[in-house]
Amino acid sequence: MFDLDPVMLARIQFAFTVSFHILFPAFTIGLSMWLLVLEALWLRTGKPIYLETAKHWSKIFAVSFGMGVVSGIVMSYEFGTNWSVLSHAGGNILGPLLSYEVLTAFFLEAGFLGIMLFGWNHVPKGVHLLATGAVAFGTLISAFWILSANSWMQTPAGYEVRDGVLHAKDWVELIFNPSFPYRFAHMVTAAYLTTAFCVGGIGAWYLLHNRNVAHGRVMLGMALSLFVWLAPVQLVIGDLHGLNTLEHQPAKVAALEAHWETGSGIPLILFAIPDNEAEENHFEVAIPGLGSLILTHEWDGEVKGLKSWAKDDRPNPIIPFFAFRIMVGCGMIMIAMGFIGAFLWFRGTLFTTRWYLRAMVLCWPIGFLAVLAGWFVTETGRQPWVVYNILRTADAVSPVPGGSVLATLILFVVVYGFIFGAGLYYMAKLVRRGPDATPPSPDEDEVDLSRRPLAASGNP
Amino acid sequence: MTEYLPVILPLVWAAILAVGVFIYVLLDGFDLGLGVLFPFAPNHRCRDAMMNSVAPYWDGNETWLVLGGGGLLAAFPLAYSLLLPALYLPLILMLAGLILRGVAFEFRYKADTSRWMWDWAFAGGSTLAALMQGGAVGAFIQGFEVKDNAYAGGPFDWLTPFVLVTAVALVSGYVLLACGWMIMKGDEELRDWAYKVGRYAIVAVGAFIVIFSLWTPLMHEDIAARWFTLGNIVMLSPVPILTALSVVGVWYALEQRWKHVPFLLSVVIFLLCYTGLAVSLFPFIIPPDVTIWDAAAAPESQLFMLYGAIPLVPIILGYTAYSYYSMWHVKDHGYH
Repeated sequence: MFDLDPVMLARIQFAFTVSFHILFPAFTIGLSMWLLVLEALWLRTGKPIYLETAKHWSKIFAVSFGMGVVSGIVMSYEFGTNWSVLSHAGGNILGPLLSYEVLTAFFLEAGFLGIMLFGWNHVPKGVHLLATGAVAFGTLISAFWILSANSWMQTPAGYEVRDGVLHAKDWVELIFNPSFPYRFAHMVTAAYLTTAFCVGGIGAWYLLHNRNVAHGRVMLGMALSLFVWLAPVQLVIGDLHGLNTLEHQPAKVAALEAHWETGSGIPLILFAIPDNEAEENHFEVAIPGLGSLILTHEWDGEVKGLKSWAKDDRPNPIIPFFAFRIMVGCGMIMIAMGFIGAFLWFRGTLFTTRWYLRAMVLCWPIGFLAVLAGWFVTETGRQPWVVYNILRTADAVSPVPGGSVLATLILFVVVYGFIFGAGLYYMAKLVRRGPDATPPSPDEDEVDLSRRPLAASGNP
Repeated sequence: MTEYLPVILPLVWAAILAVGVFIYVLLDGFDLGLGVLFPFAPNHRCRDAMMNSVAPYWDGNETWLVLGGGGLLAAFPLAYSLLLPALYLPLILMLAGLILRGVAFEFRYKADTSRWMWDWAFAGGSTLAALMQGGAVGAFIQGFEVKDNAYAGGPFDWLTPFVLVTAVALVSGYVLLACGWMIMKGDEELRDWAYKVGRYAIVAVGAFIVIFSLWTPLMHEDIAARWFTLGNIVMLSPVPILTALSVVGVWYALEQRWKHVPFLLSVVIFLLCYTGLAVSLFPFIIPPDVTIWDAAAAPESQLFMLYGAIPLVPIILGYTAYSYYSMWHVKDHGYH
């Protein structure tokens, strides 16, 4: 009989459920903020097009927010079901951070979501704007706590160990741990870019198909005006985040660059197949000297190689290496789309250049891909630690038999596959239907049978 | 003062979490109960009305479950790390049920030909989640095998006849809450049906309460000792007496077709059962070995959270109440 490794299965299960979940916050953080901007523009200018666009996208928002909620509930229990040793050893620290997320963010979002989705004709415009703002602000607060907790596990600070259990010593130092500001900025920016490419891609699709052209222009125009400068800014934030990682988690940087030997003036590896057993790269293509410059900002900067750590104390570079290249590749495409788009805008042909519109349509999921790749870099790159240099992943797992973990993993794959397929299908349906040119009358709105968030997207 | 903190803080947090879990049980209780009853509703129009009546609340209701999970991790990390592996399969099945019912309910309105599928996902998911919650309560009363601060039992230890009965019992309780809810929120037809179903539900709930009041002390001697020693039996007697009166009261209110009393008295029954459970188990958070003080987080962690909880919980309760109030109004407005 073959052995079911509970640690590997628990890791796969966590990776699967958290990857699924992160897609929705990545989208709703940006989308709620954009909806707030649209609503404010509408109130300021009185132009109905902003309101129509906002109402259309708030239906799509409702679908993805609902899926984010149900997949998020799973996360708050998975720490205990699959990682009970981590929960016990780190509960003093992680527990309060996650609880503050619930108290300051989840309830805020849940409390005002109803007004945001259904209250258009029932509360004053200012109150509605406030509700949209509360939801948008709630998603940001949520990201704050989650990234603080994750960053603390990457770069622990402000703690002490007593009897094998971690205790908080200084909450400020702990919450604002060394990698937190960079990771928070990187993730929130990523979320905004994800939304911008989604909105821009769908706007381009309307323009290509010559329908809802006015709305399509608002979508593509506003998206471009964000990502044209935010994509390059993200490159700078990512670079600073990389410097921070080199300082605090050098093994991760060595892994994502697939560097085995410590040295200065190291090359930038463009492609390779890293081999953890043989401790070398196959099929390596590299540019001499550039690696040190990028990583350390000095031509002869020294970078530690993976061989500096014992095999058991370092990550296997294969996933971080490729995931990092996918993430950076996505970023480069985003920057290029921004520059090309700006150039076309100045020429006055942004909305009519068909090849660019087609490229934008293809780019709609690029932010999601980059977010997933980025999280794979940072999570696989910190292995074998779950709390860096304190608790090993293999020691953190629950005393649950592999069979249970495998069975529930299959359950999650089936259930998530099912609801994800359906959710995408219904969102695509909403996109195809397009914004309503005339805002629905109050009566029509009230006849809508359902008042639940997802059902806010209305009857087909 | 600081030397009392390790004694007082776990009590404070146990109280906060107990209230949080109770709010969850009430709010998602009627919500899940509607899902259980869903396939049996007289017609499609009633089913639509049932869903609409909980429409604005599901997100907020389930947030209390997240608070329960996060709060347990934060305030009693040892309990969290023991309880969740011990209840691994029922909890994950519960989550799967909640996911299916959540989105199913949502997607139902966008579906053209596949609506039946979401109807079943909603009913099945709600029933699964309710059964697993009831099972978890039963397993909790039963106790867990703990060795060296870790769960030491097998994956199916929780599955006993007692747990099967608690699972069905909680479902009947949720159904009762749902009937009370429909009586308050439904139209004529739905109300008529709810008055009828409610009578079956209250009989079942009453029967289950009697079964548990006998079975639990038989299972645990110390629980028997706690309830049946002479001084205690007098002091604790209001709990069973009030429960019996409330059960009869619900029946009478259903007969009289009162609008709000069935729901409110059902809440009272839940509250009394919950109190009875607390009396039986206190101060254990993982029966039969781990007390709230054994499992408590470090005082500095509990204190740090308390600073936030003291101002935030009342604010949350405030806007949750406001949300219920305003949606209530919107719904009535929409239907007249």
